Amino acid sequence: MLVSNVKGVEECDGYPLQLEIEEMRTEETEFNAFVHRMLPKVRYDALRIAAAAAGCDLPEALDATDEDALRRVHTALCDVHVVKGALVCPKSGRRFPINNGIPNMLLHEDEV
Amino acid sequence: MPITRPEETGPPENFYDVKEARKYTSSSRIISVQADIADRCIELLNLEPGKKKFVLDVGCGSGLSGAALERAGHEWVGCDVSRDMLRIASEREAAAAGGGDDDDDLVQHDMGLGLPFRDGTFDGAISVSALQWLCYDNDSRQSATKRLGRFFASLYRCLKSGSRAALQFYPESDAQATLIASAAARAGFAGGVVVDYPNSTKARKHYLCLSMDRHAARPAAEEPRRARGGVVVAGGGERAPKRRKTGKKPAKDRAWVLRKKEYQRGQGRDVKDDSRYTGRKRKDRF
Ligand SMILES: C[S@@+](CC[C@H](N)C(=O)[O-])C[C@H]1O[C@@H](n2cnc3c(N)ncnc32)[C@H](O)[C@@H]1O
Repeated sequence: MLVSNVKGVEECDGYPLQLEIEEMRTEETEFNAFVHRMLPKVRYDALRIAAAAAGCDLPEALDATDEDALRRVHTALCDVHVVKGALVCPKSGRRFPINNGIPNMLLHEDEV
Repeated sequence: MPITRPEETGPPENFYDVKEARKYTSSSRIISVQADIADRCIELLNLEPGKKKFVLDVGCGSGLSGAALERAGHEWVGCDVSRDMLRIASEREAAAAGGGDDDDDLVQHDMGLGLPFRDGTFDGAISVSALQWLCYDNDSRQSATKRLGRFFASLYRCLKSGSRAALQFYPESDAQATLIASAAARAGFAGGVVVDYPNSTKARKHYLCLSMDRHAARPAAEEPRRARGGVVVAGGGERAPKRRKTGKKPAKDRAWVLRKKEYQRGQGRDVKDDSRYTGRKRKDRF
């Protein structure tokens, strides 16, 4: 489950969600053009923070020709699976728990 | 015998429990039906051929519809309210892992509260047999109109501009299909409901085909009609496949004529054989 990706994708009132990790697993996958297509879709700054939480260092600014940096982005995006943890909304403090790799984004009807 | 619709029994996360999730995913009949519907949804998305796209599967359940996306070579993200269905989806995925990039994401979420994705994330969205669940209020604070409104508004936002959504659902009535289609229109989508096999109670399927581009909407619904119409008529079994529910009334085209003739034959009437002139417009005389 590639939470770092979901992480880049999900926002709470426009704020990127903070990632907390209790348990994670890495699994190597083939490096391919997927990274190039995903990059425009994720907010790089948010991905970088999430990757840091998972122990992957990403450069502050990404140079699209830097193969090594791209490989690290790929690792953060595709290979890191957060098994247990949480996504926290920095604004409301609302925690969305992650269990078995599936984030639970359920809200109550009165929270929307 | 009146069958209760599962939608009437309470919230979906209660219906799709551990037992139902297992049963659902181990039935070969269900697997093949869901795969066919999902394939049809993917066809209706009209994605650029040969390209890997990033597609959202709303109400992904145990991943039967997602499997079709994988087969078509797309990357997908699934969202569903039922934890038990999602658990099977993630198990299935783990079992399939090792085969390269099946790094698909699952998120537990109620689509009636709006989808939790960033703007412009997806190249398309499909949904198989889930949308009708939004029409039932399971608690005094829920309102179908509001939930549909939130869903379509959030769907509109998280799709990349110009992309499409193909959502198959089982409406309880025509009124329900209209309710859903008008909620989509209110969110800014163009398009309408396409009905496959309208004459068969069993095979009949409703697809809500949505487009963000007003001009692209019409061909989206009509192209596949012709394509399928041909196949189906040749097969001789099912009759004419599709009809647009909303928007402009369908033209009485060749497929319509053939369907009508087939029906008349079925009634035992004397009907002219089909030829290449069938359904052609007559010359204006004056
Ligand atoms: C008939 S199953 C279809 C599952 C999958 N698409 C397939 O083809 O096998 C319907 C699914 O819709 C989900 N669902 C119903 N209401 C939902 C809602 N409000 N938000 C998200 N998912 C919902 C249910 O949990 C269930 O898994």
